[in-house]
Amino acid sequence: MKRSDAPESTSTPSGDASPPASAHEGQLVASPALGENGAVPETQVIGQTPASTRATRQALTGRAARELPSVSASPIQLTWRQLRKNRMAVLGGVTLLLMYAMALFAPFLAPYNPTNQSPGGQNLTFHPPMRLRFVDRAGKFSLHPFVYQTQQQFTEERDIIYPPVAEQPRPLRFFVRGSDYNLFGLIPTNVHLFGVDNGYVYLLGTDQEGRDYFSRLLIGSQISLSVGLIAILITFTLGMLVGGISGFYGGVVDDIIQRGCEILMSVPDFYLLLALAAALPTDWDPVKVYLLIIVILSFVGWAGMARIVRGLVLSVREREYVEAGRALGVGDFRLIVRHILPSTFTYAIVAATMSVPAYILGEAGLSFLGLGIRDPMPSWGNMLSTAQQLSVLERYEWILAPGFMIFITTLAFNFLGDGLRDALDPKSRKLG
Amino acid sequence: MLDDISSTRNGCQWVLLFFSSVVQIMNETILEVRNLKTQFFTDDGVVQAVDDVSFSMARRETLGLVGESGCGKSVTSLSVLRLVSAPGKITSGQILWKGNDLLRYSEAQMRAIRGDDIAMIFQEPMTSLDPLYTVGNHIEEALRLHQGLRGQAARARAIEALRDVGINDAERRVDAYPHQMSGGMRQRVMIAIALSCNPDLLIADEPTTALDVTVQARVLELMKDLREQRDMAILLITHNMGLVAEMCDRVAVMHSGKIVEMAGVEELFAAPQHPYTRDLLRSIPTLDSPPKTRLATVQWHPTPEQRAQSNLVPVGDNHFVSAWAA
Repeated sequence: MKRSDAPESTSTPSGDASPPASAHEGQLVASPALGENGAVPETQVIGQTPASTRATRQALTGRAARELPSVSASPIQLTWRQLRKNRMAVLGGVTLLLMYAMALFAPFLAPYNPTNQSPGGQNLTFHPPMRLRFVDRAGKFSLHPFVYQTQQQFTEERDIIYPPVAEQPRPLRFFVRGSDYNLFGLIPTNVHLFGVDNGYVYLLGTDQEGRDYFSRLLIGSQISLSVGLIAILITFTLGMLVGGISGFYGGVVDDIIQRGCEILMSVPDFYLLLALAAALPTDWDPVKVYLLIIVILSFVGWAGMARIVRGLVLSVREREYVEAGRALGVGDFRLIVRHILPSTFTYAIVAATMSVPAYILGEAGLSFLGLGIRDPMPSWGNMLSTAQQLSVLERYEWILAPGFMIFITTLAFNFLGDGLRDALDPKSRKLG
Repeated sequence: MLDDISSTRNGCQWVLLFFSSVVQIMNETILEVRNLKTQFFTDDGVVQAVDDVSFSMARRETLGLVGESGCGKSVTSLSVLRLVSAPGKITSGQILWKGNDLLRYSEAQMRAIRGDDIAMIFQEPMTSLDPLYTVGNHIEEALRLHQGLRGQAARARAIEALRDVGINDAERRVDAYPHQMSGGMRQRVMIAIALSCNPDLLIADEPTTALDVTVQARVLELMKDLREQRDMAILLITHNMGLVAEMCDRVAVMHSGKIVEMAGVEELFAAPQHPYTRDLLRSIPTLDSPPKTRLATVQWHPTPEQRAQSNLVPVGDNHFVSAWAA
């Protein structure tokens, strides 16, 4: 079966090959059996031949029929086909999709309001993550998960500990009503994916202020993940446009733009960020701060993109189809945007994918230093700032969870970027 | 002298003139280039790519511009569309398109002329199409720019345009990418794009050089047919004398940025006046040249005095040659 699976797996996604595929499979399985056993009655072979040739012919015509419409296989389709073969890239892509879906539905997935310091009714600081249990005290297994409530106690070293109280199981309930929020910022609701009655559930524990860390992680992902995406969109647009104009016109325009870029690039990013962030008034609305951080991050980043795009444009603009476009009366802007820049997309898409993590890390770094998103608004960076103290890190290791998320996101972006680079590079594209 | 050139009309056209005023419009001089100078300002000095070139073209006329590589044929044609890019510059002269000087037009006005009134096809069909767009997209872009057509209307016209240039299965081919087509088909597509807005003048810069002989013949046939159907003039740039003989009404021979001789095609081949033209024609090998002899090469090269006397003077009916050789 394995042998027959391998060749088919490449053609099945195209969809139309499935009826001949089964017949084809039969033929392939049959042939090794024939090779091993010479005593197979000939009638069987003869009996099988017409069916198998028909299958082959069907498979062949199926393929031929598939290749005729491929007259319109666009570059995007070709790239997609190639990308799909790269497991790590697919893994990265799927991870990112899940991450961003998580960020989108964060308030629904989060059981509590991320700024509520006593979501369970009482303020419990540095509560450790609770275990989801399926087996109760009597040893009875049930599919319905539950958590034990805890009892706050102080040790002799004046540490707070929370031993679970087995007498107080709280079954997890789904689609419970809790704090109000707006889903996608539009739909007012108070339904949360899960929660417990008469108690609390802290899947990732709580932080110093007693806020549910799991909720903060989810809501924080909205900021941390979107910063990278929006910043790269600004960088991408600005870099492509400025680089395109610079390369296309050349001469004085090019000189001025390039010198400008060089000046911008010679400014050390992180210190500029620090300076700009430090200059912010402390009483600013968190949303304003968030937008400003995005602008700052992309303001620093676009020059590098513009330089490389300019270099690519210098070569693309000499191609004859650009000249032909001009002879057709196509305007400069349209030439740049429609006929020159798309040729640089290959590079730009990869560069963009690869530099999203830098922006996420940039935001995390700023927030970690207390210069980015400010409490009580959560972001992965400022959640980690609690971990600055070694004593906290030692005793409350769950505080590092956002770091793990940043790690996963960065890795996923890099895998996807790598895969995209390979998929977009025509030299690495295998035939068939 | 310039008036002589601009009133280039053959007898047949004079007869037509009687029939209607419409015909009169069709006989007008549509393009007149006067004393055009295009120079390239390089680090190593100024290159006179086009040096005091004058010619004119009537409606439906095919003018061949011939000469060796680097003689300024292509730059002349690019100058007509004002497509010479830095460090090149048109430094003096006039390009009169239906009486208006294109050199005084704004860039926006020029864009309206390009592709709509004057279209151009290039030598390399392999690289003259943007690989990221379907051939349909290319034609639709021209229609969109000059005729404001979009969507289904543009697509229908694109299919029609492809059919006009003899592409089979145009409904399907309209969605093909350039790399999915052969060289000949691509050149047909280029012609379809150029003709999509019914230009009055088609500038064809070595349209068949990159094609093999059989495909060449078919593309030429196509261009001839379309010329008849659409009443357009063709400025054919080539170094292929065979092509000139087959396609053109008149020929202008260029050398080092200047037109050295201009005449009707039969007259030029029969009685070349300029030594360069004679050398050029002699250099074409024929089937009955004696075996194992060296091929003739072009020997003529102008001295500074000869260059100084390069203005064209008439030596016969519609036949002009540079003053030195006359």
